[in-house]
Amino acid sequence: MVRLARDGRSIPEPTPVTAPFFKAAADGRFLLQTCPRDGAFFYPRARCPKCWRADWSWAEASGQGKIHAFTIDRIGHDPTQKELAPFVIALVDLEEGPRAVAQIVECEAEAVRAGMPVKAVFDLFQPADGGDPTPILRFRPAA
Amino acid sequence: MGKRAAAIAGVSEWKPARRWDEAMFDLDAFARLGAELIDDSGLDRADVDGFCVVGAREAPALAPSAVAEHLGLRSRFNERVDLGGATPAGMVWRAAAAIEVGICQAVLVMCPAIPRPSQQARDRPQTSSRPVYMGGDAWGSPQAQFEVPAGLVGATPSYAMIARLYMETFGLDEATLAKIAVEQRYNALANPDAIFYGRPITVDEVLASPMIADPLKLLEIVMPCFGGAAVLVTSADLARRARHRPAMISGFGEEMTHRSLTSMPDLLDSPVRGAAARAFAMAGTTPAAMDSAQIYDCYTITVLRSLEDAGFCRVGEGGAFVREHDFRYDGDFPVNTNGGQLGFGQAGISGGMTHVIEAVRQIQGRAGQRQQRKCDLAFVNGNGGMMSEQVSLILEGA
Ligand SMILES: [Zn+2]
Repeated sequence: MVRLARDGRSIPEPTPVTAPFFKAAADGRFLLQTCPRDGAFFYPRARCPKCWRADWSWAEASGQGKIHAFTIDRIGHDPTQKELAPFVIALVDLEEGPRAVAQIVECEAEAVRAGMPVKAVFDLFQPADGGDPTPILRFRPAA
Repeated sequence: MGKRAAAIAGVSEWKPARRWDEAMFDLDAFARLGAELIDDSGLDRADVDGFCVVGAREAPALAPSAVAEHLGLRSRFNERVDLGGATPAGMVWRAAAAIEVGICQAVLVMCPAIPRPSQQARDRPQTSSRPVYMGGDAWGSPQAQFEVPAGLVGATPSYAMIARLYMETFGLDEATLAKIAVEQRYNALANPDAIFYGRPITVDEVLASPMIADPLKLLEIVMPCFGGAAVLVTSADLARRARHRPAMISGFGEEMTHRSLTSMPDLLDSPVRGAAARAFAMAGTTPAAMDSAQIYDCYTITVLRSLEDAGFCRVGEGGAFVREHDFRYDGDFPVNTNGGQLGFGQAGISGGMTHVIEAVRQIQGRAGQRQQRKCDLAFVNGNGGMMSEQVSLILEGA
């Protein structure tokens, strides 16, 4: 069952593995795990997906990226986000290499283009079950 | 050519429906499908010594032993398969491989997709998980933390991103994708069991249907419904005693790299490539030799991309291939001749079985009005999730 914000939308529920990412994100910082052999990877996990070793370290990413692919979700396929549709869902290639998925904000849906440079933002949502405000990764057009 | 160890000796497919009033538990559905497979094949119930299922909702754990017990089987091959839309095709090759190594001789491959009897009652039970999340709402799953909040839920937005990227990369136009839906609908008009039987569509109607996730429109997306389907996979020896022409399982391949589109190594290079290449090599044949292609079609773009990666044309040439060929059952390159899921309906997990069964029917000469003039070799592709689980089969008339 997904965790919900007070406004009804689904929000992340951090785990022991991902808590550092979300804690930094709440302060507006984008942390990426970096393996000494294989470089940065995303989403956060306990071991590097290329070598399965655990000697990675957290490093702050620039938050800069480019839209690789996107769609305009006209109906809100997530049942908790139906009223928010239409919105743009995009795969964003981060400057450091890994790919992330997020909504594109502060931009008309029809103006979004593949290859567009974007910058990560973390918007905070109050969980319905109490607890700390929880960040959701989004991207806006880079200035 | 290829493997000659196992064949599909019988089929059963329920007419899909938007509503399903008959209350039936999965375990009872297996018994009904089993009986229908015995009737269709003409083989003996005592020959059956294995089965493949997704699971049984009445037996969330220990499902295989519950099936053996409920069906009164002393069974040697008791398999549970979890490959999304590729599940039925994945079951078929697992059964064939088990038969080839001598574990068993006749395997019930069963995919009922019916509502739970309890959900038909007035007091619906609270479900903790919504099917649209496909398990991605479990605590600790990457999907719950990084995909669901982004809205990447269900399959449509993911396939829409592939379609849009494809259009931008190769210049594909929307009418070409629509042509796939129109030709499959034509095939459905020759299939009285199809959910869209008697309802023709045009390219203009597809283009004018509501945009769901750009560039995919309503008429390019499967209609969910209820139903069920099963096949009986047997040794070649047993299949030769069956009532109909055996469909030999002469090649197969399976491959996967990702669960979510975000982690797909290349949006325009799917695991179909490896799965199909190994299936063709195993069967000792080529795409050009196929009389029929039954391609998992959750969306129009899935058909185009699968045909490319399976080697029917090169990547980027799929649009030209669709325009230059006629996918109708009486056309030069018959695809999804029973209407596919887009025309027949997508009955849950049995949706991926419709392609297997239609290939068998064409090979057996049992396709009725939509029977191809010649069908001795058929390519079947099962696709799950976000172009993720891929299973290719080569079926060959004995
Ligand atoms: Zn590593």
